[in-house]
Amino acid sequence: MPSTFVVRRVMKPALFLLCLLPLASLVWRAFGIAGTDLGANPVEKIQDTLGQWGLRMLLITLAITPLRDWFSAAWLIQLRRMLGVYAFCYVLLHFLTWLILDQDLYWAGILPDIARRPFITIGFLALLLLIPLAVTSTNGMMRRLGRRWKTLHRLIYLIVLLGIWHYYWQVKADVREPLFYLAIALVLLGWRVWKVRRRFLPSHRSSDRPELREEA
Amino acid sequence: MLIRQPRPGDSAKIQPSEITAESVYLNRRRLLQAALAAGVAGLGGAWSQPSSANVVPLQYKRNEKYSLSDKPNKYEDITNYNNFYEFGIEKSDPAANSGGFKPSPWSVTVSGECENKGKFTLEDVLKGLPLEERVYRLRCVEAWSMVIPWIGVPLADVLKRYKPTSKAKFVAFKTVMRPAEMPGQHYDVLEWPYAEGLRIDEAMNPLALLVVGLYGKSLPNQNGAPLRLITPWKYGFKGLKSIVEIKFVERQPPTAWNISAPHEYGFYANVNPNVDHPRWSQARERRIGGGLFESRVPTLMFNGYEQEVASLYQGMDLKKNF
Repeated sequence: MPSTFVVRRVMKPALFLLCLLPLASLVWRAFGIAGTDLGANPVEKIQDTLGQWGLRMLLITLAITPLRDWFSAAWLIQLRRMLGVYAFCYVLLHFLTWLILDQDLYWAGILPDIARRPFITIGFLALLLLIPLAVTSTNGMMRRLGRRWKTLHRLIYLIVLLGIWHYYWQVKADVREPLFYLAIALVLLGWRVWKVRRRFLPSHRSSDRPELREEA
Repeated sequence: MLIRQPRPGDSAKIQPSEITAESVYLNRRRLLQAALAAGVAGLGGAWSQPSSANVVPLQYKRNEKYSLSDKPNKYEDITNYNNFYEFGIEKSDPAANSGGFKPSPWSVTVSGECENKGKFTLEDVLKGLPLEERVYRLRCVEAWSMVIPWIGVPLADVLKRYKPTSKAKFVAFKTVMRPAEMPGQHYDVLEWPYAEGLRIDEAMNPLALLVVGLYGKSLPNQNGAPLRLITPWKYGFKGLKSIVEIKFVERQPPTAWNISAPHEYGFYANVNPNVDHPRWSQARERRIGGGLFESRVPTLMFNGYEQEVASLYQGMDLKKNF
């Protein structure tokens, strides 16, 4: 197990840069010295890339607790907040790209789209639900909310499913990729259900252990 | 003094002098590509042959009457941003995966309600018909559009050769089925081979074009070599590619996207800003080539070709017949 120093001073900064890569690559390809190098439809490219990374980050965040248990790697939890906040940022940027670059703030089109087009409604709902999670991701908020923090952050289960649904509904014909994401989500969520069920069986009660929280 | 009259589908008035000659930017590109290739070769990497490499120049005359005055999109965009699911579902897949496709020799089977049935070589299909260039707007059902200088012959001129009978109420087309050369056909994202169709009067409309080239050269594989359909007043998916079958039929034929999602893609698929796709609006479109901060523009009824085709649909409920 890596020391707290290694996690804080090496792993976290490294993860920060790693998670920044997709965004940095987009910015570079949009405004680099070679001019815009994002194909024929740069707006669509940016929007799709940001949305995909939002979903991937959500799934990676959701994978941290199972990975910790499977590999007895308690330190992994210390990386979870950064992953979650990154997921929120990518989803938010995905939304802002749609709003500003794709729809050019054309409200007469945007508002009906959010209200009437189910795949947009679902995506928008997922973003709204992410906001309280992002806001309460600070140490102060975690302390203040106490046990309710964990309950609140279980919203991610719903958010991930909404995100995949949004993606599934958006594709024209080839649903292989959204179904791949769904399979991963179902494994990660299914494992949680299995764990909770086990906890309620009397014979396993003794194996129950306190949740490890991200340290201050 | 020559005064340009507005033409079908026109939206912007751009003087020919404002258009960058293709040779100019191709030269620029060649320089860049040569520089890149040199760099890549230095790294020992194999520079993959773009599938548009074996196109040949064509002899043609421009049809001014049916050409937009809009500036055409870049050749690079037209040949690298394609929906051709036979080569994969990403826009970049057709250019990347169509290198092994063999568009020559080619023949087309003509059958059904007509007098001259048979299997005809591509040369026979086109024989004696002068190639013309037409600059059309292509409006994709995904709400983007491009301006493309196609080269082809009027579909009507070809169809008349086979003498359709009075029973020929529709024309059905099919794309070639070659999973070995078209990797996308290994996946059932659509029903293969890709099928499309037109009502006979739509097919005989002078705007309907059988296309063999673009930008003065034969079609690259990713754009539907060697023979494809373009019906500029309809969404792009009606314009099937790599055609091997033309069949005159009495009943409305099944069509690929309609089979896949009947509530989303109709048989007619006319461009119509007032009839939305169930999942997105068709009121505005993104013009490809506009860059990052270019706004969408309003979509025109029948993609701007209302004068030419509106009479085909008189009395029809276009919301029902989408």
